Parts: sequence; structure tokens; C-alpha cells
Amino acid sequence: MYAKKSNDKKIRFDLETIASWVEPGACVLDLGCGDGRLLEFLMTRKEVKGTGIEQREDLVARCVEKGLPVIQGDINREIVDYPDNAFDYVIVSRTLQQVYDPPGLLREILRIGKKAVVSFPNFSYWRIRLQLLFTGNAPVTPQLPYQWYDTPNIRVITLKDFRRFSGRLGFEIFREEAVQANGRSIGGRTVRFMPDLRATYGIYLIGKDKSS
Amino acid sequence: MSEYIEHDRQGVSVGLVEERSFTFAAPPDGMLLEGGGRLGPVTLAYETYGELNTDGTNAVLVCHALSGDAHVAGYHQEDDEKPGWWDIMVGPGKGIDTDRYFVICSNILGSCMGSTGPSSPNPATGKPFGPDFPVVTIGDMVRAQKALVEHLGIRRLLSVIGGSIGGMQVLEWSVRYPEMVASAVPLATTTRHSALAIAFNEVARQAIMADPAWQGGRYYGGPRPDHGLAVARMIGHVTYLSDDSMRHKFGRRLQDREDFSYNFDADFQVESYIRYQGRKFVDRFDANSFLYITKAADYFDLGRSHGGGSITRAFSKAGARFLVVSFTSDWLYPTYQSKEMVRALKRCGLDVSFCEIEARWGHDAFLLPSPRLTELLKGFLSRVRQKIE
Repeated sequence: MYAKKSNDKKIRFDLETIASWVEPGACVLDLGCGDGRLLEFLMTRKEVKGTGIEQREDLVARCVEKGLPVIQGDINREIVDYPDNAFDYVIVSRTLQQVYDPPGLLREILRIGKKAVVSFPNFSYWRIRLQLLFTGNAPVTPQLPYQWYDTPNIRVITLKDFRRFSGRLGFEIFREEAVQANGRSIGGRTVRFMPDLRATYGIYLIGKDKSS
Repeated sequence: MSEYIEHDRQGVSVGLVEERSFTFAAPPDGMLLEGGGRLGPVTLAYETYGELNTDGTNAVLVCHALSGDAHVAGYHQEDDEKPGWWDIMVGPGKGIDTDRYFVICSNILGSCMGSTGPSSPNPATGKPFGPDFPVVTIGDMVRAQKALVEHLGIRRLLSVIGGSIGGMQVLEWSVRYPEMVASAVPLATTTRHSALAIAFNEVARQAIMADPAWQGGRYYGGPRPDHGLAVARMIGHVTYLSDDSMRHKFGRRLQDREDFSYNFDADFQVESYIRYQGRKFVDRFDANSFLYITKAADYFDLGRSHGGGSITRAFSKAGARFLVVSFTSDWLYPTYQSKEMVRALKRCGLDVSFCEIEARWGHDAFLLPSPRLTELLKGFLSRVRQKIE
């Protein structure tokens, strides 16, 4: 797909999907960028002008050490400083389920970004449904590997919920990709048949609703 | 700052270095200062490390803080007790790698470590300036540094790096000479002093001016206001530490005794420590320089001088890539001040990285060994170099 360069590493399937949606040379903000894997990929392979925001000092340091421009801080607070349409894409990868005020965050994201890419673990995945049905325990999966008492994930979102949410909040979904991937491993594939049931993650390219 | 300097544990060093000086702004024109005064000739003491490449694109300017000097790394003589003040960061393979970069550090205008300051002879009288030395600003210090940088044949600096008052110079460079600054690294600093910081500086200045030996600043040739300067340093030194670091370092431990003396001796270790810091400082620093430099720091207000009161407008003139670093326990220039800076830089659409390093040492943390800070600087400088080449 891309010319192989010696300093390039392979990245997770869902991140590769996100990257494939971003136009080369675009201006990108990655919220909750972690150790900067996606940002590095985008900056080296797609030559985007990238910035990341990450809360954890050690992860911020790893990003800056790799030469990525990253700001330490809380995503909800950091995004308010940017002017309208400051970015071509704002990316929120695997983070929405940890956000206290998703409508507020999405509104801000669509203010500062022309488009946004949002991904989250799909709570209607069949294993999750069966775990709850048969064991009666709060589901623990490779994608959501926490117990109820130590999880940072405070929202349960399904693909269906997110689609409905777009109508409620008034944003448009330009693209949707249902993905089956593990928590940390690189492999994965697109799910076309019965995605609501079979996908572990949903990835959405969204933008401001033209009618609103 | 000198109390932290140690020989490199691995023995890595730039080796023997030499202090040089550069004199410019010859009278009658001299250098017109922001405060309205005129000064000339102006001499800056400076040192350089590493080699300038043929394109002149690998120069890094390091700016020192209140009591620093041009001797940032290495040794003047083989048997020097201590290396330069930031030897842990500047040297072969270190955070600011002298194998890759040409590093410059100059003593600031108004100081007493080889550059023109209140203890230098006034050309009009042949005697030290004393209080006749014109008030200088951070802007003036940077303008003088620019003359030096141009004298060295450098058109654009790869980076300007400094902490505290050195960080103010970094910020000043970035908006005053944006075309000359590819990147800027302000560490543990602020765009303007808080009332708290000004108050501590004023207490320190009052300690000097209340010393009878100060004599309105005309003490050269007679006894010096050593006591006042020592107290000023003691106050300053406390603001560079933190509750946490002092608790760990001293607690309430007593100095060479089992019980209280019930008089005013230095019972506690911390008392003895700050007395020692004060005493040591008077051997190497001039009281008038302390007054002039702290005043320059108090006057510094980036938004006021470059943005009509707005730091966002001030930074809109900048073009550098920024790496802003604060330290969790720094209560002199707390993280919120760095965050204000970052906010303004973001609004201007500038390339900015920000990291708040967890450190218990207070404001002085930027001078202490920190693998984190070292790696941050390494990575950041490599990227800037890649981008401009």
C-alpha cells in the first residue's frame, strides 16, 4: 500500500484505517494520542502537519522524544484554545468511551476541525452480549479488558447508538467502517456482514451537518 | 545555581574550554537602551562548544538565569573543582549534543561575570558605574546577544534554550527576531512575573539596599554589602526549592547538636544551609548586578512590550517551533503560567510541544539531572534540525 521506509513501523489495523481516510498533507489533531503511533505514521507516511494532546507525562515525553509535537493536558480543556476550523481532521481514537461529556467534546471537535474521525469499542459485539447474558458479569473483553471497578471506560457505546447520536447532535456521518481487531495486536479486518454484532470497533468520519 | 554542579559521573565532557569576549556599540553612538539610557562600548563574555557547520545551521544559543555565566559546560583548567553550570545537559552525546550542535552561551548584559554591568568601569569616569549604570531590560540583553550571534556569522539559530530568566530571553528572542529563531525552548519560565515573584525580588533588593555598606550603590573600593547580598540570595534560594524537597533534604534535623541552643545560632540544618548559600554567593556575585537583573526580570512582560498587552498578539510575531517545559513543584513559575504561554502559542497556530515534568525539586529542577528533560531536548532538537535541513 505504501512505500516501505526503514524507520516506519506497522500500526494497528484500526489506526491504518483511520490513516487511510486522511488526505496527505492535511493538518491533523490527535486527541489522546498516547505514545504517538498514529501521529508518527501520519507524519512520516502522509506528511501531515500533526499535533497531539495527551494527558500522561511519560507518553507525552515519548512522543516529543520521537520528534512529535505533543501537548500535555486534558483533551476537554486543551481543545477550547484552538480557533474555528484550525484542523482538517481531529482524531479521537478509542477515547470517546472515556469522555465525561461526549456531546460537548464532539461539538468542540467539529468547531475546531473541518472533519473528525471517531473510533470506539462496539458494545454490541456478540461476545459482550453473550457474556452478560450467560455469566451475568459485567463483560471483560480484549477490547475492554477492565473490571467494573478499575475501568477508565465510563460510557458504553454501540454502533447503532452512535448513528442515532449523529441525528440528535446534528452531525453528518460521511464514512463508517466496522472493524474486527484485538485490543493491542496489529491484525484486524473490516466487517461487512452484520457489523453491529460482529465488529469490535466502529470508526466514523464525521463532519458538520450542512442543514444545521 | 552552582550548588548542584558536579563532575559528570561517566566522565563525559566537552573538555577544556575558553572564555572569550566581544565588544561592540562603541561610543559616541553606543547602544540605546529600552529604558532610555545609552551604553557603550558593550562587552559580552561568551563561550562556544562544538563546531559550526559550513551552512551555519547548527547553532544553539543557551541563555543563563539570574546568577549564571557564559561557562555552561566543560572546564577552564584541568583541575577545576566544578565544570560549567549546565554540564549535565551540554556535551558530547548529551541533551544538547556538542558533537552535533555549535553551542553558544554568553553572560547577560548587566551581570558581573565578564559582560558589561554596574561593576564595569564607566568610560566617562574610569570608575565602576555603580548606580549610574543604566537600567537594562531582558530586551536589551537579547539585543546584545543578537549582536554577538551576528558577529559569529550566524544568520539563524537552530534553537534558543534557557530556564527561568534565561527562559524569558528565549521568549524575547522568539518574538523580537523571529527570522533568526528556528526553535525555542523556554524552561520553568513565564511571560511575566506574578506579584508573588516581584514581591520576593523586592524583599531581596531591600535586603541589599538596607545594608549600610551598600552606600547607594557606590561601594566599589570599600567594604561591599555582603550581608545584604547574602540575605538576598537566601531569600531567592528558598523560592527555588519546594516544601517537599526541603522536607526531604532537611526536615527539622539539627546541625551539629543534640538539642536547641535557645539562642540565635543556626540550630536547624536548613538554617545552616541557607547561611552557607548566602556566604558562598557573595564571593562570586556583585550586589548591584543582582539589583539590575532582578529588576529586568520584574519589568519583563512579553505581552506588554510586543503585543499591546496580549501574549497571543505577541506570539503572533513568532515563527519558531516551541518546546515548553514546566515542573510540578515549581511554585515561583507555576505550571499555569507555562500553560498560558502554550494556549497563546496554540491560538497563533504555532508548532508547540508542552510537558510538565514531575519533579520535587521546585524551580531549580531544570538545573538538576533529569533523564526526561535530556531526552525531550534531544528528540526535539533532532526534529527541528531535520525540518530545516
